[in-house]
Amino acid sequence: MATVSLKNLVKKYGSLEVVHAINLDVADREFVALVGPSGCGKSTTLRMIAGLEAISGGHIHIGDREVNNLPPRQRNISMVFQSYALYPHMTVAENMGFSLKIAGRSQDVIASAVADAAKTLGLEELLDRRPSQLSGGQRQRVAMGRAIVRHPDVFLFDEPLSNLDAKLRMQMRTEIKKLHAKVQSTVIYVTHDQVEAMTLADRIVIMRDGHIEQVGPPEEVFRRPATRFVAGFIGSPTMNLHDAVVGDSKLIFGNGDTLPLPAQFRDRVTAGQKVIFGLRPDDLYPTGHGIHSGEAAEVHAVEVPVSLTEPLGNETLVFAEFAGQDWISRMLNPKTLRSGDKVELSFDLSQSHLFDAQSEKSLRG
Amino acid sequence: MRGWKPAPHVLLLLPAFVVLAAVVVVPLLLSLYSSFTPFRLTRPDTIYTFIGFRNYQRLFADMEFWAAFGRTVLLLTIALNLEMVLGLFLALLVEKATRGQRLLRTIMMFPMMFSPILVGFQFKFMFNDNIGLVNNALQSLGLTDQAIPWLIDGKLAFTSILIAEVWSSTSVFAIFILAGLMAMPKEPLEAAKVDGCTPLQSFRYVTWPFIMPFAFIAMTIRSLDIARAYDIVKIMTDGGPAKRTEILWTLISRTAYSDARMGLANAMAYVAIFLSILFTVMFFRQLAKARQQIGAEW
Repeated sequence: MATVSLKNLVKKYGSLEVVHAINLDVADREFVALVGPSGCGKSTTLRMIAGLEAISGGHIHIGDREVNNLPPRQRNISMVFQSYALYPHMTVAENMGFSLKIAGRSQDVIASAVADAAKTLGLEELLDRRPSQLSGGQRQRVAMGRAIVRHPDVFLFDEPLSNLDAKLRMQMRTEIKKLHAKVQSTVIYVTHDQVEAMTLADRIVIMRDGHIEQVGPPEEVFRRPATRFVAGFIGSPTMNLHDAVVGDSKLIFGNGDTLPLPAQFRDRVTAGQKVIFGLRPDDLYPTGHGIHSGEAAEVHAVEVPVSLTEPLGNETLVFAEFAGQDWISRMLNPKTLRSGDKVELSFDLSQSHLFDAQSEKSLRG
Repeated sequence: MRGWKPAPHVLLLLPAFVVLAAVVVVPLLLSLYSSFTPFRLTRPDTIYTFIGFRNYQRLFADMEFWAAFGRTVLLLTIALNLEMVLGLFLALLVEKATRGQRLLRTIMMFPMMFSPILVGFQFKFMFNDNIGLVNNALQSLGLTDQAIPWLIDGKLAFTSILIAEVWSSTSVFAIFILAGLMAMPKEPLEAAKVDGCTPLQSFRYVTWPFIMPFAFIAMTIRSLDIARAYDIVKIMTDGGPAKRTEILWTLISRTAYSDARMGLANAMAYVAIFLSILFTVMFFRQLAKARQQIGAEW
């Protein structure tokens, strides 16, 4: 059990800097997810923590040890890889017990540790199989078993569920969460899937182009995105984000259509300022079909034409045109709509976001 | 031919059968038959005298033949092991190269580009006790003031042949093992690092099991190669001195063409082929086992 702390961590490949002096403190037993689009440096960061990638600058501490120049084997970490990285020539039991064997533990210790891990992960029946005889989900479980038998200080997960199909991914997600509750150790989890990050992590670190954009609990990064990028990255379907100019108590969109300036931003913007207006599909709904049952204070209704609908069963995503742009709205208790129909959309402005067009930072206090 | 109409598939396959029979089956049967005759090239009619297993009986009692047989197996064993170890090192080194790997791979294959006859001549020159490069170098470096009789002393001659053989063919191992290293997924190696392996342990527990099948393929090929070794030995020592470096095929060719005893030579050849088959079967078994172990899908 240990804390992990990154100070001004830099990674360069030749003259190309891919991770730019990032800082992050992970508390003991905390589950932290690094998310971001591919190429944002999240995997590189994880590999630097693991010691698989040399660092070009800064410091990494695990517990109270600086591990900058320690090889992976001296960092007391476990890692689960995207491609499982099982040893193909070893059985499941040998795979899981390998690290203990290398550490010179006795056969008895290894056997009982493997048995424990196998029980935790439901692998008892498979101990004599080889990786090639296992399904993807089983392989991933073995990889996790291999990680937990050592009781490491820190677990590192590198997109562990990306190679699984959607259904299995959900199942394994739950198992990882249970596992963390059980083993209670520090976890750093890399994923490009924001749903995984939201559901699993105590805190989410959103990365972009080698920088950290925002760090915070899932609820916070969802409710109060610090930048336009985070707003667009977190949440599904993505937030409606459209350029506007601040007018006299209103927002003027490109084609001249307007929305009232949300009350919370009135003192924070000046007339003529270029902004990006953001509203989650949950906060934009055909009147009477929203999440908030109508009592929200600041609702502005506009009648707009429907361009497309995506029925999902218990809800329908309605794509409608307003201000010359496509907006996604979420309709609960859906009624049938066809493209071309007129629908009254309620904009819940109390839930809206404004970002400065230039800095892309949130204008919320 | 009226009335006999072969089925189309028979008709279509017939040319292949005819060609195969002409170039493989008939010579094979003929040579096998001749090993049961006292056939001499100088007296063609002896091929019609059937003497049963007498050639084989003579062979099995012939110390000279067994000495050649044993020497071939010895050459094969030492050369294979040496080539394996050297090839492995070479492959590991080349794989580590981050730059110019292509060039290194090409350079590595140079020895394979020369005819074994030429390799034989070159090494014969290098090991010449009088004007050879090796003695010259040893003497210039002050390591010895004697002219070491490389190709004249029986044991040294065998060693010289071994060196020539290893020089010319280590790259076979290196190339196969390098192919294995390059095809190897990198993640298990990283997992091993995280699991606490030192570089040596990573090699022992992860890399080695993975490249073993590739090494066995190289061994199979090279065992066939050495079991039929002839050219380098023929050029460097011609089985001499006093038959101290005689191996199976130099003996067989001498028996067949110099002594003209084709029947006996054919009997020897069948025993030699049997040896090759034995090695091939052995290595293929190992290969199958190693492949199954790493769950290879090829």
